[in-house]
Amino acid sequence: MIPASSLAEALGLAAPELILAVSAMLILVGGAFGGRGSSGVASLSAVAALIGAAVAAAWGDQGVAFRGGFIADDMAAFAKAAIYAASAVAVVLGERWLGRAGNAQFEFPVLILIAALGMGMMASAGDLIHLYVGVELHSLALYVLAAFQRDDARSSEAGLKYFVLGALSSGLLLYGASLIYGFAGSVRFDDIARATAALEGEGTGVLFGLVFVICGLAFKVSAAPFHMWTPDVYEGAPLPMVAFFTTAPKMAALVVLARLLYEGFPEAVDQWRQVVLIVALISMAVGAFAGLAQRNLKRLLAYSSISNMGYALLAISAGTAGGIEGLLIFMVLYMVDSLGLFACLIAANRAGRSMENIGDFSGLSRVNMPLAVTVTVLALSIAGIPPMAGFWAKYFFAFQPAIEAGLWGPAAFGLLTGVVAAFYYLRLVKTIWFDPAPGEADVPPLDAKLIAYASAIWAFPVFYVVVSLIEPYAAQAGRSLGLS
Amino acid sequence: MNAFLLEYLPIVIFSGIAIVLGAAFLLAPMVLAPSNPDPEKTSAYECGFNPFEDARLKFDVRFYLVSILFIIFDLEVAFLFPWAVSLMDLPEAAQRFAFWSMMVFLGVLTVGFIYEWKKGALEWE
Repeated sequence: MIPASSLAEALGLAAPELILAVSAMLILVGGAFGGRGSSGVASLSAVAALIGAAVAAAWGDQGVAFRGGFIADDMAAFAKAAIYAASAVAVVLGERWLGRAGNAQFEFPVLILIAALGMGMMASAGDLIHLYVGVELHSLALYVLAAFQRDDARSSEAGLKYFVLGALSSGLLLYGASLIYGFAGSVRFDDIARATAALEGEGTGVLFGLVFVICGLAFKVSAAPFHMWTPDVYEGAPLPMVAFFTTAPKMAALVVLARLLYEGFPEAVDQWRQVVLIVALISMAVGAFAGLAQRNLKRLLAYSSISNMGYALLAISAGTAGGIEGLLIFMVLYMVDSLGLFACLIAANRAGRSMENIGDFSGLSRVNMPLAVTVTVLALSIAGIPPMAGFWAKYFFAFQPAIEAGLWGPAAFGLLTGVVAAFYYLRLVKTIWFDPAPGEADVPPLDAKLIAYASAIWAFPVFYVVVSLIEPYAAQAGRSLGLS
Repeated sequence: MNAFLLEYLPIVIFSGIAIVLGAAFLLAPMVLAPSNPDPEKTSAYECGFNPFEDARLKFDVRFYLVSILFIIFDLEVAFLFPWAVSLMDLPEAAQRFAFWSMMVFLGVLTVGFIYEWKKGALEWE
């Protein structure tokens, strides 16, 4: 990586972040003067800014800036493009949803932009301080988003819970970061790697700090045993916000975790692999078994996301370039499935009320055939049933790097929990197709319907084309950390 | 007494003065001040609330808003002080960078200020 020689060059490397920050501030000021009616324009500008930032990230220059604190490489570019795209979809879903709920406000796209800015920072973080600033910037925006329906008690409760537990996890993260800094003498990942290599087996203090940082980031990706907040927050928060929570922030936190582990602790693979593997295995098990008891679809999808984080962490624990490649593609495929399922939830209403329970979906095939097919395709995909995208995501992009690294035991465990989790997706499919319908469904809103259809078409068969297109980039991203 | 401990001498002096002064302010009123207590005077002072009642009582959320806004701008001043003190000690090129960094920070803060002003967060009614 080439260090930026001047400030102008450094700012050029951070172009996506600059675009997002400046447009967030412009929209904030514009909205403050424009008043309540400006939410449509604000959302449109936010989508344009996100697309612009994604383009700048994908085709921009690469290098290291700000004394190694900011890294623009292939992995950051790939992750940022995916994060910004998911954020843009969330802006569209949320703007329309809030409009129907009579709560369209121009602050919503601004908050998404700020969250996306923080997540981009995480994907590019080259030291612990940039990591923490990114984590806080996106978390604070997410807390507000969770409580966006201020008049709804459940939404406020979700926001408060998210905030309290998020603050706790930030505390863990900071404590771990201070231990690492204290023992390694630097906050930069590459310096930490050199320092830990020099410690030669006496790096217990550093590893102690690393475990705390892993725990803090595991909170953010809602990996078990740090998942307690997830079902409650997802149940209470507004639907489009949850769609956002399950996608982009997880990508960002996983990418920053991978970068910290691979760049900061390449010598200590055996030590951190144990921790990551334990978190991954517990997540898979908790996500699969606790999901069985859920009747509320938002809670169910929360557990589904917990088990999927287990698969993503399994890919990270491989400790190879293939692991990064697998992680990135797995997350892209998971994000599309998840966004699609939440778009289905937004689209499925009966008598003005969202169909939040599995029972509400009974007989959907007789009431709204296209939506029923969409939910079915997406549910089968996320359950990992061939030939859908989710199948390839799990077995080829999450499990295979782990197996190649000799972790066939955990991969087999993941396979088994995948079978358990398949039950609750299949129960949803059965409810849709074989149970009697209690009544007509409302006409689905256009935006949610289109996004749901698009995700279903992506899950099968479009992704076959797209994956072969993005795989070289993901492979390049995997190699960008200097691993074999 | 070695040199290392002598470095802490100011703290010892400071503690000594603090203890003496504190004791003096406690003892002097006992001797000098007029004393005719009534129930309101002897009860504990809790800014605006009765000292003993249910902790979960309603009070205006606008207090929070004002205090949060105050803290934001208060911290900004706390950040400006060390910057202002150390700015002139920097080499020429770094000075310019440091100056404009702070201007950008203040610009971001101004955006927030415009927002809160236009939203009416500074008006009580």
